[in-house]
Amino acid sequence: MEFTFDNNIPIYIQLLEYMKIYLISGVFKCGERLPSVREFATTFKVNPNTMQKALSELESMKLIYTERTNGKYVTKDNKLIEKLKDEYAVSLAMSYFQGMKKIGLGKADSIKYLEGIEE
Amino acid sequence: MDLLEIKNLTKSFDNKKILKGINLKINSGKIVGLLGKNGAGKSTLIKIINDLLIPDSGKVLFEGKEIGVYSKEHISYLPERTYLDKSMKVNDVINFFSDFYKDFDKKRAYALLKKLDLDADSRIIKMSKGMQEKLQLILVMSRDASLYVLDEPLSGVDPATRDYILDTILSNFKEGASIIISTHLISDVERILDDVVFIDNGKIVLSSSADELRKKEKASIDEVFRRMFKC
Repeated sequence: MEFTFDNNIPIYIQLLEYMKIYLISGVFKCGERLPSVREFATTFKVNPNTMQKALSELESMKLIYTERTNGKYVTKDNKLIEKLKDEYAVSLAMSYFQGMKKIGLGKADSIKYLEGIEE
Repeated sequence: MDLLEIKNLTKSFDNKKILKGINLKINSGKIVGLLGKNGAGKSTLIKIINDLLIPDSGKVLFEGKEIGVYSKEHISYLPERTYLDKSMKVNDVINFFSDFYKDFDKKRAYALLKKLDLDADSRIIKMSKGMQEKLQLILVMSRDASLYVLDEPLSGVDPATRDYILDTILSNFKEGASIIISTHLISDVERILDDVVFIDNGKIVLSSSADELRKKEKASIDEVFRRMFKC
């Protein structure tokens, strides 16, 4: 997969977004060991320091944790991941409604459009 | 102690002042972009760091010691143009580097060559210019240096090669080492940079963390550069 980055936004924030999606979608599962910083950096083609910064942010959000010398793991607390998923879904829904509002459609109409879309 | 410290460096050619008092410190573990227009003084500065030019005044200290044999043992330098003896075979150059530099990792060099499908028995003269440049990069990145100084590693290459070069740099530099990359192709490299140093007209005009600059100016490094040096 190719990762694209917007040079106008700090790279670690964009990495954080990619990582959140990985956690939400279960690419890395609860309690699973994560690849090393360097491996991640190679995958995303970014500077290891930047990757480290993104992982530190995830750690401060308690979504991942470090086991002394063993490396980093995804939190064992599934509730945290569920909460993250919920927040993410809300923000996606918000941006959808905001977009619809710009073209003059209210919530009820917007929902109708949603229902009309085949999955 | 700083990995590299540059103090009041000046250099003139004939009567033209190329470097007008450069002061710069580089810490360990950082990827630093040395960014400037053509003729800003980037290559002159880099050549002084590598002891290939003698400054008129000022000093360059590497791990607190003046530039010389010690610094050359620990700084891996990619010049703007390849200096390889074209009559040599790839194998010869690898042995040459391995004899020359204690920190040269032959295994890594061969692994990287293999990835490129480059036959180690072929003569350099028979290789395309692009291949020769890749070989030079492999040699430079196969050293376990404390500092890698890369002078315009991306100029004149196609986008696929650009990816290859950035990838090779990122996956091979020694952990904890620093990299200085000089370039005027900012948008291609800015995402791997920790810090940026803008050089113009022989002076350092800006020195900042890349992300802080992005946040402060709400723009990419490339954009900040364009605004600052608009012709």
